Amino acid sequence: MGLKEKMHKQKLKYQGKKMAPAFNAFHTFLFTPNETTHSGGHIRVADDLKRTMNTVILALVPCLLFGIFNTGYQHYSAINGFPENFSLLEHFITWDNFILGAVTVLPLVIVSYGVGLLVEFIFAVIKGHEVEEGYLVTGMLVPLIVPVDTPLWMLAVAVVFGVVIGKEVFGGTGMNILNPALTIRAFLFFAYPTWMSGDKVWVHGAVERAGTADAISGETILGYLAQGNTQEMYAKYDLSEMFFGFIPGSVGETSAFLILLGGLFLIFAKIASWRIMLSAVLGSLAMGLIFNAVVDFGWIPEYSKFYGLMSFDFWKHLIVGGLAFGIVYMATDPVTGSQTNRGKWIYGFLIGFLSVMIRVFNPGYPEGVFLAILLMNVFAPTIDHYVVRGNVKRRLKRLKNATILPDRVDGTAAELKAETV
Amino acid sequence: MALLSKKDANLILDPLADNNPITIQVLGICSALAITAELKASVVMAISVIFVMGIGNVVISLMRNIMPSKIRIIVQLVVIAALVIVVDQVLKAYAYDLSKTLSVFVGLIITNCIIMGRFEAFALGNGIWRSFLDGIGNALGYGVILIMVGFFRELLGSGTLFGIPVLGDPIAKTGLYSIGYENNGFMIIPPAALIVVGVIIWVQRSRNRALIEEA
Repeated sequence: MGLKEKMHKQKLKYQGKKMAPAFNAFHTFLFTPNETTHSGGHIRVADDLKRTMNTVILALVPCLLFGIFNTGYQHYSAINGFPENFSLLEHFITWDNFILGAVTVLPLVIVSYGVGLLVEFIFAVIKGHEVEEGYLVTGMLVPLIVPVDTPLWMLAVAVVFGVVIGKEVFGGTGMNILNPALTIRAFLFFAYPTWMSGDKVWVHGAVERAGTADAISGETILGYLAQGNTQEMYAKYDLSEMFFGFIPGSVGETSAFLILLGGLFLIFAKIASWRIMLSAVLGSLAMGLIFNAVVDFGWIPEYSKFYGLMSFDFWKHLIVGGLAFGIVYMATDPVTGSQTNRGKWIYGFLIGFLSVMIRVFNPGYPEGVFLAILLMNVFAPTIDHYVVRGNVKRRLKRLKNATILPDRVDGTAAELKAETV
Repeated sequence: MALLSKKDANLILDPLADNNPITIQVLGICSALAITAELKASVVMAISVIFVMGIGNVVISLMRNIMPSKIRIIVQLVVIAALVIVVDQVLKAYAYDLSKTLSVFVGLIITNCIIMGRFEAFALGNGIWRSFLDGIGNALGYGVILIMVGFFRELLGSGTLFGIPVLGDPIAKTGLYSIGYENNGFMIIPPAALIVVGVIIWVQRSRNRALIEEA
């Protein structure tokens, strides 16, 4: 008897028991249940919520792998100096980098999934509903959007907070207002700011070494710009490094190239909305252009603390920091984003627009993607409401102006039944 | 014989749990968010509100038959304002630091909707003794929540209670801090109070399902 039949048998044993949801979660994760419907015709498709989630995770795997190597690369480069003639195989994809990255990044992944799924299971058993799949993607996103040295207990606390307050109190997956992964990120940011910002947290080991003779640091590109050290930044990193992601940052967000591939894959698989991605890119470009124009017209003096970030070329905003990652994997969350097509354009555009704006004006921390997306999450239902209302109004107007031809023999117009929504 | 009849006792006990002004009626949230970062401030605020509401309810109850109903809101405001000024001056005289911490929020007791609410809903239609009990009861219900929120926010946010360190010294790294624990900066900012109050409401309603309104 194969595993599949065994699990089908086991399911009957658990039926109606308290632990049934927990068992069913494993069962349906591995196999399609063997139940058939007995009444009426039902069409079932293969891409249920679990497959959707798995597709997104698939798109995230390259970012995770890159993050693992980059953790090692940034750590060793900060200690030994950056290699002169950088070669991918010689300096980046090495065992040393991989091992160091794996021991620092994989615990984050394990804690994120372990704690998050535990909370989901507990809630499923208490409420007696099926375990929801929503955490599969969140659990993968969380380790990718935190600094590499985030203490594990902080991550655990944040995950509990994010899953309970961000999702379960609203009724679980599909009912949440805010993106749970970003709720976790925001909680960490406000609760433990010293571990989430500055020039010490982005490179593994920098926090421990601070204040000793071996001190290392890894300022992010945005960090350099926020302090007005534009020249130093360009001396250290060139454009291709920014694009391919050999820069310090949160674990999985650095490589705009892999995120671009992941985004194309999600669009190809019809999982994520291209409207949101495209409009968010346009929005961030628009805000970047406005800032560039302000600089070009000389409206802002060079000693202003915003000058560094404002004079940063508008399109470069897309390849540094978490903007690309946020746009591709977070803004496109189908639960918390806008549902209507027109709404998606507005929602995405404002995310890009606000991200760059917060990035420049945020005094404490030169990044704002997570804040912009959370803010727009809150406004998404409002946007949808007005899009739907606008649609209703337009159709009512069309109805009013429509000429109704008599279709009865005696020449009276038939009563028209308006179908509005 | 019991000190209070059952009916009178309920005036005090009801607002403590099943008819709590903050968690059930959702009144007075503003001050619950603003001043609960420290336990001390919460306690002082609670005592101030107990004083204002106890006396205020009695005064309104005394005047209820001679007060023209057209100007009753103004009369109520004058009564509250007078009492709040007394509280404010006492705090300034005897606990200057605390009055600095509470700053404008002592003055804003005037706008605490629980007080106006009880004047309108209860003191205008009931006798002195019952109004007094009702005022004390509601203020206690308010204070209990304030102190609960203050307790969690100060403990998790600053690691202290009444300003006394209970989890160790965060700078010298003693106690819990020696194993890597850190204060949660999120609990210091007012939005955290909203979440703590929300969790209290959640717990209370899941313990007593009769409190859940029909959707």
